[in-house]
Amino acid sequence: MIPSLLILIPVIAGLASLFIQNEKAAKGWALVASLATLCLAVAGACSHRVTELQADASWLPALGSRFSLSMDGMAKMLVLLNAVALPLAIGATYKNSYEKSGSFYGLLLLMQAGMMGVFLASDALLFYFFWELALIPAYFLSSKWGGEKRIQATFKFFVYTFAGSLLMLVGILYLYFKTPEHSFAIQAFYNLHLSDSEQFFAFWLFFIAFAIKIPIFPFHTWQPDAYEQSPTVVTMLLSGVMVKMGIYAVIRWLLPVFPAAVARYDHLVILLSVIGILYASLIAIRQDDMKRLIAYSSIAHLGLMAAALFAKQQVGIQGVMIQMFNHGVNVIGLWIVADAIEKQTGTRKFSQLGGLAQKAPGLAILFVIMAFANVALPLTNAFIGEFMMFNGLFRHSIWMAAIACISIILAAVYTLGMVQKVFYGNTAPATDHSVDSSLNIKLMLAILVIIIIALGVYPQPMLQLTNDTVNAVLAKIHSI
Amino acid sequence: MNAIILSAVWGVIMMFSSILFKNKGAFKYIAAIGLIVLTVANIANTYGCDFFNINTHEMLRYTRFGLFFNTIAFLCTLIYVLLSGKEIEKHGNYVAEYYALIFFVLCGVSILTSFNNLLMLFLGIEILSIPLYILTGSDKRNLKGNEAALKYFLMGSFSTGLMLMGIALIYGGTGSFQIDVVRSATLFGTFSGISFLEVAGLLFMLVAMAFKVSAAPFHFWTPDVYDGAPTVFTSFMATVVKAAAFIAFIKLFEVRIADTSAVINWGMLLSLLIIATLLIGNITAVFQQSVKRMLAYSSIAQAGFMLFAVFSLNDFAKEGLILYAVAYSLATIGSFAILAKMKDITFEGFNGLAKSHPVLAATNTIFLLSLAGIPLTAGFFAKYYMLASVVKTGHYLWLVILGVLFAAVSVYYYFRVIQAMYFKEGDAQAEDVTPGFKIGLIIVAALIILVGIYPQVVLNWLYF
Repeated sequence: MIPSLLILIPVIAGLASLFIQNEKAAKGWALVASLATLCLAVAGACSHRVTELQADASWLPALGSRFSLSMDGMAKMLVLLNAVALPLAIGATYKNSYEKSGSFYGLLLLMQAGMMGVFLASDALLFYFFWELALIPAYFLSSKWGGEKRIQATFKFFVYTFAGSLLMLVGILYLYFKTPEHSFAIQAFYNLHLSDSEQFFAFWLFFIAFAIKIPIFPFHTWQPDAYEQSPTVVTMLLSGVMVKMGIYAVIRWLLPVFPAAVARYDHLVILLSVIGILYASLIAIRQDDMKRLIAYSSIAHLGLMAAALFAKQQVGIQGVMIQMFNHGVNVIGLWIVADAIEKQTGTRKFSQLGGLAQKAPGLAILFVIMAFANVALPLTNAFIGEFMMFNGLFRHSIWMAAIACISIILAAVYTLGMVQKVFYGNTAPATDHSVDSSLNIKLMLAILVIIIIALGVYPQPMLQLTNDTVNAVLAKIHSI
Repeated sequence: MNAIILSAVWGVIMMFSSILFKNKGAFKYIAAIGLIVLTVANIANTYGCDFFNINTHEMLRYTRFGLFFNTIAFLCTLIYVLLSGKEIEKHGNYVAEYYALIFFVLCGVSILTSFNNLLMLFLGIEILSIPLYILTGSDKRNLKGNEAALKYFLMGSFSTGLMLMGIALIYGGTGSFQIDVVRSATLFGTFSGISFLEVAGLLFMLVAMAFKVSAAPFHFWTPDVYDGAPTVFTSFMATVVKAAAFIAFIKLFEVRIADTSAVINWGMLLSLLIIATLLIGNITAVFQQSVKRMLAYSSIAQAGFMLFAVFSLNDFAKEGLILYAVAYSLATIGSFAILAKMKDITFEGFNGLAKSHPVLAATNTIFLLSLAGIPLTAGFFAKYYMLASVVKTGHYLWLVILGVLFAAVSVYYYFRVIQAMYFKEGDAQAEDVTPGFKIGLIIVAALIILVGIYPQVVLNWLYF
């Protein structure tokens, strides 16, 4: 029941919003709808009754595909993230005005619905459907309301991910014809007994799709351009929630279905991830654009998650779980600040910014806490996640862990460098006349700071929430 | 038999109706009535009610599959006539005759979906093609149109010649024109070498059919003809006619491939044909400046996808071909109907269409998404069935992977139109459209989405 509503509410609200002409009404409508989804997501996360957490209906009997949704620990957590992200994003940009705002907010809601579907689907064909459907609104949002080079940047993003997901479709079909009863149900895929060579082949079809989404080096090139050119609200959802689809899919579909292939290729994937971590961190240091810096920092963080996943240690996977939520929250906070600064000063270039702390002390305090979370300082939420992930990676390969650990220092270099260049030093012409940010931005950042510190001090509820998924996945991995 | 006879009769009625009615607008409705009559008669035939009980000595054989395709072809033509009727009226004074030719094409379609004899195949192809040569050149004062018609006619005759040669050789190899008669041991004894005649004949047939469905490397006529013909007739040629040619293709090879597979590796041959078609169609479409020409090349690319059905020849392939015919015809008819209204048919001509004509832009987006095969549109399930049919055979997975990579390429040129309509500044000029036209487009778009969510609405008719 709950899973269907989690998809239906944003779909219906989004379609209705497409026909709203008035800007205020569109904003209010989107905010109300997203808050309703949030309430429902919280209710779902707290619920333990199986009947409430599942939905199953006949869809395509001839193909062996059902409209079946289910919510386990990992799904609960990501649904929560998805539900939190949209009201935060809308709230923080409430004062911005968008041309044709009815369509803008409608597409945002549809994008949320698509991502909900990805996290909830327990049928491969349905999963593929939602995987693509989340992409279409994102494409239209970024191309219509984005920056100067939006058309090329978002098109690259679209074609990249579309090519990847088509390969996944071939993989899904391949597995489908291997199941004895010709079914797309996730359990049927889990029960498959594939030979090693079959796994080695099909693994790549899935992996490339997910690696593009995450993104893992060398499939990451779409990402900085897309993040930079998208309107910031969309970037928040892209980097806060959508890239988690890739990590989620690896845990849900890749690790349990192809244990032998994962055992064979884990070193390669970890190596690529670690290269990506260092490469992205180094490039982030050299960036002059705030959005691009956050984008590269995001590649580094996601790379670490991918590496920790393929290390296949309980503590590491547990760390990835909690870090998916934490990174989503933190990066949204960073984008909110970036957007606030750009709206005030008209620039995102560090070379034109400086001394903002004198003008906007409130924003500066909140931003520094965000920055600490990005560096994964103790007491912030990211510390727990990164510590567990490094722990897991260390148990798998000391050398890889050691090299990846360099990224902690690099993260401090670029993040604190950003704080310094934007908020301290002498005021630049662009920041001379700035004032402190408006109340709604501070309020949203304050909520994020509370989440950051609360989860940093007491992460236990989050860890407990995803415990069942971690154990189930590990059992599948070690069953070979 | 209903469809074949009635379509021919209604063609004649259309011709003579121009004596009775002077108002051009009337013909559209006479044609629509005719198409409804045809559809009803064909459905009656599907459920066992044949008005004309003629013994064809097994030269024609009616199957659920073929008759169901007839229904789809008639309904698509009905939508086409209702959407594009106004455009047909613009092309000269012979409106009734154009409709008559369309009905004769449908007669050819009905023969192609039910032939069981190579002579009938030949007749069907000819009845289908000759009216098309005329329609292509219908804009008499347009040099490009004339060139296209002549080119189409010459190339078409050549391919028909090849087909006749193939039929003759197959007759030599099997001793029969019936397509389901395999090499008879009584006639040739146990000498198995004779099958080479049959194989040679089939190769000729393959070339001729590949020509008709515009598969590379026999596609050279397609861009010129589609581009040169009046847009409204291109739309018909690229949809109903092409899908019918595919039905004939799959019917012909269904029996024959199994019979000769010991001698020749059809899988390799067809996969080369598919790759060439996908490659040339997709890559050339990327470089086009005119949307009409882009759609012409994209129709070659779509033919490459439909060839997957001929390649795999299983139940998925047949269901998929039906679904592909529906998805592709609806989307292409809609897209061409909008194209015909545009003042400038280059990509730049679409700049900013979303501002000036939001309904045209929105529905065109759905048509293009469907052609690109995005989920939630009919085009997705069409491509899905094609891919699934090949994956099911368990071999040639690399062909499927190549296929999806080309599908990703196809996104490039379809989305260029969407980008122009929505994201680029400009003032796209389109002719004034009536509310009826808009409603028609919305209905077609809604059908595409309906089939995209629940393809069973189409496929269930194959079995019940």
